[in-house]
Amino acid sequence: MQFNQPAGDNLFDNARLIGRPTPRIDGPLKVSGQAPYAYERHDAAEGQLVGYPVVSTIAQGRITGMDTSAAEAAPGVIGVVTTLEVGEMPTPSGMHTAPLFGGAEVWHYHQAIAVVVAESFEQARAAAALVKVDYDVTKGSFDLEAVWQQKKDDNSEPVARVGDFETAYQAAEVTLDQEYRTPSHSHAMMEPHASIAEWQDGKLTVWTSNQMIEWGRQSLATTLEMDADDIRVDSPYIGGGFGAKLFLRADAVMAALAARKLQRAVKVMLPRPMVMNNTTHRASTIQRIRIGAQADGKITAIAHEAISHTLPGGSGEDAVDQTRKFYAGDNRLIVKHLAEMHLPEANAMRAPGEASGLMALEIAMDEMAEKLGMDPVEFRTVNDTQVDPENPDRTFSDRHFVECLRQGAEAFGWVSRNTTPGGMRDGQWLIGHGVAGAYRGGPATTSGARVRLQDTGRIIVETDMTDIGTGSYTILAQTVAETMGVDLDAVEVRLGDSDFPVSAGSGGQWGAASSTAGAYAACIALREQIAERLRVNDPETLSFANGAVNAGEKQVTLASLAADGELVAEDSISFGDFRDEQVVSTFAAHFVELGVHVGTGEIRLRRMLAACDAGRILNPVTARSQVIGGMVMGVGAAMMEEMAIDTGRGYFPAHDLAGYEVPVHMDIPSQEVIFLDTVDPASSPLKAKGVGELGLCGVAAAVANAVYNATGVRVRSYPMTLDKYLDQLPAV
Amino acid sequence: MSSPSKAFEPRRRTLLAGNTDLEPGAAQRTAAPVGPETTTITVTVNGTEQELTVDNRTTLLDALREHLQLTGTKKGCDHGQCGACTCTVNGARINSCLSLAVMHDGDAVQTIEGIGMPEALDPMQAAFVEHDGFQCGYCTPGQICSAKAVLEEIAAGVPSHVTGDLTTRIEATEAEIRERMSGNICRCGAYSNILAAITEVAEQQAQGDRA
Ligand code: FES
Ligand code: FES
Repeated sequence: MQFNQPAGDNLFDNARLIGRPTPRIDGPLKVSGQAPYAYERHDAAEGQLVGYPVVSTIAQGRITGMDTSAAEAAPGVIGVVTTLEVGEMPTPSGMHTAPLFGGAEVWHYHQAIAVVVAESFEQARAAAALVKVDYDVTKGSFDLEAVWQQKKDDNSEPVARVGDFETAYQAAEVTLDQEYRTPSHSHAMMEPHASIAEWQDGKLTVWTSNQMIEWGRQSLATTLEMDADDIRVDSPYIGGGFGAKLFLRADAVMAALAARKLQRAVKVMLPRPMVMNNTTHRASTIQRIRIGAQADGKITAIAHEAISHTLPGGSGEDAVDQTRKFYAGDNRLIVKHLAEMHLPEANAMRAPGEASGLMALEIAMDEMAEKLGMDPVEFRTVNDTQVDPENPDRTFSDRHFVECLRQGAEAFGWVSRNTTPGGMRDGQWLIGHGVAGAYRGGPATTSGARVRLQDTGRIIVETDMTDIGTGSYTILAQTVAETMGVDLDAVEVRLGDSDFPVSAGSGGQWGAASSTAGAYAACIALREQIAERLRVNDPETLSFANGAVNAGEKQVTLASLAADGELVAEDSISFGDFRDEQVVSTFAAHFVELGVHVGTGEIRLRRMLAACDAGRILNPVTARSQVIGGMVMGVGAAMMEEMAIDTGRGYFPAHDLAGYEVPVHMDIPSQEVIFLDTVDPASSPLKAKGVGELGLCGVAAAVANAVYNATGVRVRSYPMTLDKYLDQLPAV
Repeated sequence: MSSPSKAFEPRRRTLLAGNTDLEPGAAQRTAAPVGPETTTITVTVNGTEQELTVDNRTTLLDALREHLQLTGTKKGCDHGQCGACTCTVNGARINSCLSLAVMHDGDAVQTIEGIGMPEALDPMQAAFVEHDGFQCGYCTPGQICSAKAVLEEIAAGVPSHVTGDLTTRIEATEAEIRERMSGNICRCGAYSNILAAITEVAEQQAQGDRA
């Protein structure tokens, strides 16, 4: 099915199931521990051995020798695979920067360099510690600040330049020029990367934890230099990803190599302390923002420049991206710098670009509002735009950012906020309120599905789409049940298997809009088949309800149509160019109330509220969960999450869940989410967009702005730990 | 799984013979072992008595996940930092990754599988589904085991960091629940929904007590 023009009126406008709060259909399995995650597939392959990774202890250099004899002689050990014996292997895809395994070259700390395979985990772990490695170390530089100082005045190759920023900025009545810093972040999903691999007759099966099944399969084929058709990837349940599992990672490669060498099934889970340096992370940034405005608050000039680190050849963090589209202003300058260094691979984490970019931009907007003497809600409202500021001929398909601000402010009680920084007290607590805007693209991409009508009237839907906690199982069941006129429990959803049609996968918050459209396309193909069976020329004249199809006077049950064998239909949705001729995006406004202890400086959140504009909300239950989960991650970014860099050795020393702190129950207050009642016909047949990343965007800045509002201390370097503001708190 | 299979023994010996003075294994061959490498224990898991021979280094978590193939109890960190491996031993919650299986001879362990199955969910499990107290589901069994134990701890009058008055009955307030649940990380960020689920069960229990 081609999606070549905005959706007209369709069945989703009068939906029975789409848009209704629907508990997860995979819920009972998950709450009883019966949903099998990658490392738990005892059923999948016989005689599984356990592989324990050996990782490099230097950031850059070459391995000059490896002695595995002690490891191979250790009790229970079946074999060892080393990076030297395998030799250089191709980098898995254009989206990877570093190879995952193979060869003598070390690209980054904790790169996988061997896997020790034994009958048991304990034996493999003990033996892995016996592997001796000699290195030729290359001294590297890992100082982002130093590179920033060199590059920050170089605007010669901007990402975008509109009008004459410098002149307009100089002429502006009110100006702001500030730098902001965001640290590297770790996805820290609760399930570490894990895979089981087995070879049979030259064919490889990998049971793994991966957000993008087809990318994973193709990457395996590239890495192992084999035909993708000889590879099956299966990942029905994924214990979180947030971008960490977008790409093939070393666990799967090590399991596949070891299983091939030893001719046994091998399973590998990355030990938690290896996850942060072996896999990917969100890169740290330094950002400079300049805003010039008229006294009435209208922005006349805006510049956003940012630097981030990346391995050589990588693309770093696009922290400036949202600033190209979010606010109006005739004169604009956008600059992105890269600092190449041999830290572990910087890559996508939830809301790549916007998450870090808005952490800076939305503090800058708050600072600017204060300079102008304006309500920060009003300042943002004044600078809303309905067209692409770089190309005014290009409009937003559906943008209600101002409505987010209005409804959010109203529900939050913004009018009774503290308006004097440091001016509101509740006992020992300074009370602050903060607001921030959120912007995130609403992409969609080709997605396929297969539907199989059974003689029981049940419908099975199969797609390699994944559910990483997003609710895919449920929204796909809703979509199929809606389109075929059956009850929700008449639909069985099968996901994450590369034997199924290729889907959009889970990433970039494109999954929900794309995969439901793909399932809809497959259902329409099934409806056409049914029309043919019934000798009805125009499938549109059929109506599907209560497990039956009505053709004029005639009514036939779906079950009877499949009485002689299941009906199978497959199709995919693809999105036409018209979609990109507009800007399809999602918007939100975040509001936060918190207290800062007058004596200790401790920050305690009191309440949070998000108002979101993301088109039709397919399932308010799971969409709300996506948003509150993003808000939690935003609190982490504001208050505690930091992969500090050892600038001498080039790695992230705090690399487990004790050193890298994420929010816990006690950190999170009551959260409210408002979804605007909007639909975006340009987005998909269901008029839906994603929310999974929107919920994170802007949150950290709302917290930072609230801390300023509570204390009068402006912190421009995340996370807002005590060392950055305690000495500046108002006298007790 | 705990001892090397016979098929691979000869190969290991060959290697040992070639490197006699380098290998830790070689020392073991000549010197008397410090003690047995495995231990046989009896544990009652979800009401069923199980005899297990485990490597002495095997955690309770891996005894459950790998030996008994009860994979509902999750491994998030293996270092006592996340709570995904929470189950109860003799009624008290524990991070099973921080405890060796051999320490649990004679103990009674309850895991998520013993709390309820999809067809017959425990009220806490049902409340998690109703309030969407999870997303990816990986922390969920640990959250549920913890949540049930938290309500029992509160009922038993065990104080927490946020308990104000130690002389009166402790109520299942939001602060008490949040504080006591803070050892169970949910990176998906389902905390508010988890709180709603636990609060609902606490209220049900309170009503039950009054009735
Ligand atoms: S696995 Fe035990 S606390 Fe994380
Ligand atoms: S549900 Fe994913 S970590 Fe809690």
